[in-house]
Amino acid sequence: MSGTFVGMPAFPKAAHEAVHDDTLRGNLRHATHTIRDKRARAVDELADFALLREAGKQIKDHTLRHLDRYLVQLEESVTAAGGTVHWAADADEANRIVADLVKATGQSEVVKVKSMATQEIGLNEALEAEGIAAYETDLAELIVQLGHDRPSHILVPAIHRNRGEIRDIFAREMGSWGRPAPDGLADSPAELAEAARLHLREKFLRAKVGISGANFMVAETGTLVVLESEGNGRMCLTLPETLISVVGIEKIVPTWRDLEVFLQTLPRSSTAERMNPYTTTWTGTTDGDGPTTFHLVLLDNGRTDTLADTVGRQALRCIRCSACLNVCPVYERAGGHAYGSVYPGPIGAILSPQLRGTASEIDASLPYASSLCGACYDVCPVAIDIPEVLVHLRERVVQGGEVTSGGAKVRLKPAKGHAAERAAMRAAGWAFARPAALRAGQRFASRTRRLHPRKLPGPGKAWSASRELPKVPAESFRDWWQRTNGGTTGKSPNSGTSGKGGAAK
Amino acid sequence: MRVALFLTCVNDTLYPDTGRAVVKLLTRLGVEVDFPMAQTCCGQAHYNTGYRHQAEPLARHFSDVFGEYEAIVTPSGSCGAMVKELYPRLGERARAEGRGDSLAQALAPVVPKTYELTEFLVDVLGVTDVGAYYPHSVTYHPTCHGLRGLRLGDRPRRLLEAVQGLDLVELPGAEECCGFGGTFAVKNPDVSAAMGADKVRNAESTGAEALCAADNSCLMHLGGTMARLRTPLRPVHIAEILASTEEEPLA
Ligand code: SF4
Repeated sequence: MSGTFVGMPAFPKAAHEAVHDDTLRGNLRHATHTIRDKRARAVDELADFALLREAGKQIKDHTLRHLDRYLVQLEESVTAAGGTVHWAADADEANRIVADLVKATGQSEVVKVKSMATQEIGLNEALEAEGIAAYETDLAELIVQLGHDRPSHILVPAIHRNRGEIRDIFAREMGSWGRPAPDGLADSPAELAEAARLHLREKFLRAKVGISGANFMVAETGTLVVLESEGNGRMCLTLPETLISVVGIEKIVPTWRDLEVFLQTLPRSSTAERMNPYTTTWTGTTDGDGPTTFHLVLLDNGRTDTLADTVGRQALRCIRCSACLNVCPVYERAGGHAYGSVYPGPIGAILSPQLRGTASEIDASLPYASSLCGACYDVCPVAIDIPEVLVHLRERVVQGGEVTSGGAKVRLKPAKGHAAERAAMRAAGWAFARPAALRAGQRFASRTRRLHPRKLPGPGKAWSASRELPKVPAESFRDWWQRTNGGTTGKSPNSGTSGKGGAAK
Repeated sequence: MRVALFLTCVNDTLYPDTGRAVVKLLTRLGVEVDFPMAQTCCGQAHYNTGYRHQAEPLARHFSDVFGEYEAIVTPSGSCGAMVKELYPRLGERARAEGRGDSLAQALAPVVPKTYELTEFLVDVLGVTDVGAYYPHSVTYHPTCHGLRGLRLGDRPRRLLEAVQGLDLVELPGAEECCGFGGTFAVKNPDVSAAMGADKVRNAESTGAEALCAADNSCLMHLGGTMARLRTPLRPVHIAEILASTEEEPLA
């Protein structure tokens, strides 16, 4: 149903179209600017946000350091509470486990709570291949699913769509999935929400199996936690007989007390709300209330490999608030699809090449999908230094080196296509280590300045296609300094200066 | 006070006027300026593009050239941030890779002595009114490395506000990146150009005559965009404004 990310072109190419799509850029610009301003206000309200941010970072780091211990504790707690725990090393294994569990219930349809983990593994497509229909119930996910589209934002997967487009999708598609959209549907938020509500209600009441992810898992009690705004998730978590939750292993917190921090930072960072409207927690099964069968599928899918990297592992602190997307100037112009993953934006640029490796064209290009402006780091509620990880991954792409893959240490070769750049960097390094060589180069550039082309060849072409090149001056600063003794002698434009002579070394 | 001017390779090669302005300004404020001729490049482009190992000898060279000075002043937020933020990381990573402490030890002394120009003026010299005269309307772009790297805060604005005749106008979306990002401009040309064009349009909307920043790398990108978009705006480095006086106005 939703499209796939396999075989994506590299980021610059994928971004090219988005940049020139005026509707898309308008939609994205409006949405990201609105939410980022609101977030800033919501965060400013808390005098201790900086402390909460530090606390969140510490809790996550501590948990990741002792992940093995907390995972075992979680499994014991979940089992004791009447749930069943399954371990999935990768996407295929997780999909197989879930498909088998659904088939064992004899059902051929499931309702879904919005979940990044199930998107990451392509669960809907895998279930479809087994003859099981998976219905998304989050409003934005529903829009994406009905539109045969791909999500483009962590929190607002349909952020690239405006109301008019959504109305058209509802009117056209709802009928073939269940209750059709009312006749004469308008594009006001209230009417669109009502159409979705009516469409989804019959699914909630019919479904016997619900599938979810979780924002947090509390190790001490085996409790899972979902935060949401619409309440549709809560319907899926409470109405079906069987509940299957697929959760990344990094989502653990040790105790209930730790939630205190994240229940403050996550809503403010993501939806700019003081508190999210619906927080649902569930612990195993309870007689006479909620699902009677509960399965937890713990997903690795590249996470322990990421954990082995001392710089890159901080990406696993992410609580998927999407604040970094909303402030990112690159995301705003390139759109979410260009990142070739369910994780777009700055966090996607560091998470995907770690979870999937840097072998594909798109993954090797993602560490460069940033101007390193640092806005993402500033807003991140768990202080992930995204620019630091980006540069670290660039190093991996251009130089290769040792990484952990599938639990084993492997040596990566440099990615293709960087040979010319590597040579240029070496040459520049050579010249910069020799001031005389740098100076000779400057003089050559000055002497030939009238011959310089207005358009650059090779990789520089991209620059001169949209910007004028700076003109090389007749004299470099160091030549001026030496000729005039720092402006104290000789003719100079600033003859009033009296700097001391240049102690040439 | 005797300080070393770290001009950066970009300014030295392409923007010598900025260097001359810094010399003129600091000399006027009674600071003795030296330009160590052996200086080259801080290694930022290498580091940020993924060639950390190639940045290391350049960092060492920097500490050899500048180590003996009381203070090192640079009119570039991004190169300043390279020294102050990333040199310590170079040392740490070398240590983590089992290559010993020698790089960290070599770099440690130069890091605290390095100042971006506006930081040096406000924090070290303790001035905000540098006696400049610049009778134009100006809008100020804080640049990412100045804003989020070095945390320059309102220092540049305070300096500009004290300039006689200068009309400082607010830049919408001032804190957004201009889209340069070093090799980003070449590796992601479409996005980079779109960011630059938005920045220029925002600056244009203020009606200012000049767009000012404390980094010629961003100004090169924005100046190139202005020329292509044929706006009447002109790019100007803050050092050149601060060096300009009634007797000797900026050329
Ligand atoms: S990286 Fe930080 S800001 Fe971005 S989604 Fe994750 S927690 Fe939020």
